[in-house]
Amino acid sequence: MDSFFTRYKNPLVLIAVIVAQVVALAMQVQRPAQGLGTDMPDGRESTLSRRWISATVTPIERILHGSSLKVRGVWSNYMDLRHVRQQDAQLKLDLARIREEEASFSEDAVQGRRLQKLLDFKQQYVSSTVAAQVIGTSGSDRSRLILIDKGSADGLKPEQAVITPDGIVGKLRDVYPHTAQVLLISDPSSGAGVILASTRIRGILRGAAAGEVQINNLTADSRIKPGEQVLTSGGDLVFPRGIPVGRIESIAPDPQHQPYTAISIKPAANLTELEEVLVITGTQSNLTPSAQQDAAAAQQRADEMKRAADLVAEKLPSIHPDEPIDPNNPSAPDTPAGGTPGAPSTGIPHPKPALHPDRYSPNDSPPAESLTPGAAAPASSYTPPPRAPRSTPKQTPTESTPTTSEPPQED
Amino acid sequence: MAELSYTSRREMDQYGFHPSVTILAPLVCLILQSLLPKTFPRLGILDLPLIATIFFAVARRSQISGTLTGTAIGLFQDGLTNHPFGVFGIAKAIIGYLAASVGFAVDMENPVNRGLITFLFSLLHSALIFLISRWLLADPTFRLQPVHELLRAVANTAVGIPLYFLLDRFKTRD
Repeated sequence: MDSFFTRYKNPLVLIAVIVAQVVALAMQVQRPAQGLGTDMPDGRESTLSRRWISATVTPIERILHGSSLKVRGVWSNYMDLRHVRQQDAQLKLDLARIREEEASFSEDAVQGRRLQKLLDFKQQYVSSTVAAQVIGTSGSDRSRLILIDKGSADGLKPEQAVITPDGIVGKLRDVYPHTAQVLLISDPSSGAGVILASTRIRGILRGAAAGEVQINNLTADSRIKPGEQVLTSGGDLVFPRGIPVGRIESIAPDPQHQPYTAISIKPAANLTELEEVLVITGTQSNLTPSAQQDAAAAQQRADEMKRAADLVAEKLPSIHPDEPIDPNNPSAPDTPAGGTPGAPSTGIPHPKPALHPDRYSPNDSPPAESLTPGAAAPASSYTPPPRAPRSTPKQTPTESTPTTSEPPQED
Repeated sequence: MAELSYTSRREMDQYGFHPSVTILAPLVCLILQSLLPKTFPRLGILDLPLIATIFFAVARRSQISGTLTGTAIGLFQDGLTNHPFGVFGIAKAIIGYLAASVGFAVDMENPVNRGLITFLFSLLHSALIFLISRWLLADPTFRLQPVHELLRAVANTAVGIPLYFLLDRFKTRD
């Protein structure tokens, strides 16, 4: 017996190690299934082990990340100084353009809020965020996970949404005291509720094995087109509603999940080269005080613009909206050229009646519904005037020149 | 006659490492594996911990040592991912055992042999991960991408050969 263990010591160790890990795997897979709905994605032992591993790796990653940032900062400062004048001129142009856009956006925003009130639309506004820097990845292209430099000490909790100004990134998985793992939306185990911006079709976003982002719970629909914007729907209770997710890149039948289609999404955020992210730590149904001030300022600007437009309108001599308009009598002397504001089609010039009506003249042809397919064309009421004889000197009174509508009959 | 003598291949080519190298070299590989894809996303295809596993297993030529080194590196790698502990642990334990076994029979000082073994073990590692994910974890989303795995094996081979020569400097004869 002793010689058996001595002889097969090596394979026995291998088998023991593998069996132990298979048992551990089984226990880990079972525990999250039992603890669904809790904040911990793993069992307690797994979380503890991950915390130790993270505590080992994170300080070194922090130092390396900080050093690389310093080196990059020195280089980018040098490069910035080189192009600062051109950038200044460009920025001034951009600022002028943005001011113009802001004026129109403020009016749109006021209108949007008014409509939301009308529809009693409840929206979760982002009230507080924590900015974090990405300091590492999982190191495996089968696990789409990143490590950020903020943790529970900064108020982060599992399942909080992570975004960038471009769009959603993922959600927090394990949160340690000073670091946290972010599960990207491109990971196969992640999911998010989304809505297509124009068609308002709801779906579930999932990561694919190759790192793609897909919606694969929708059947084929001709309304879904590539290029359509995808937003968060808010239905998953993780991501607030209305945050950009990306655009539809392609639509193809999913051979493994018939009759569903695999709708590939190009994420709005660049998931492969993330540097800084925002963790949404709080949402509320009302606007934040600062946002309310912005909204009030936008409302005031919109009112001022409206007053200015009214003043200009009063000074224009041709506009008299109080006078009645007869749309059927456009030639009436009281109707201003160009029509009256608020009265549709009063400014459209009506054509004069034709001197010689033919089948192309308005109101001369019968309505389409009275026509029968295959029937002879109805006779036109148009009769052209007789042409003057060319140079046929000898023409008897019985010989008549054929008209264009009645071709000469051939015997 | 004894099965192994001082002049046997095993005794001649068995190497050891300073404890700091044994700990730090795999740790550096794991940290680089975590950091590099952040700056260069395409480098996520590499598996530096696998290269470290193969190197230490082949250099020590001890199957138990190879198994335990592979398990430790694999479990550490699992801790950085969202997989359950054991996916990389099992795969790298098997790779460590086999690499140590192959080390007896093949001259691992030869760069061609090193490249060939790295290439084949990289493919085997991908196959093991696929089997563990599909059979043990019953994960239907996991799909084997043959071309991608071939590219991974080529990349690991390309990086592995110079890395082996670098790590050779830390070898000490037992």
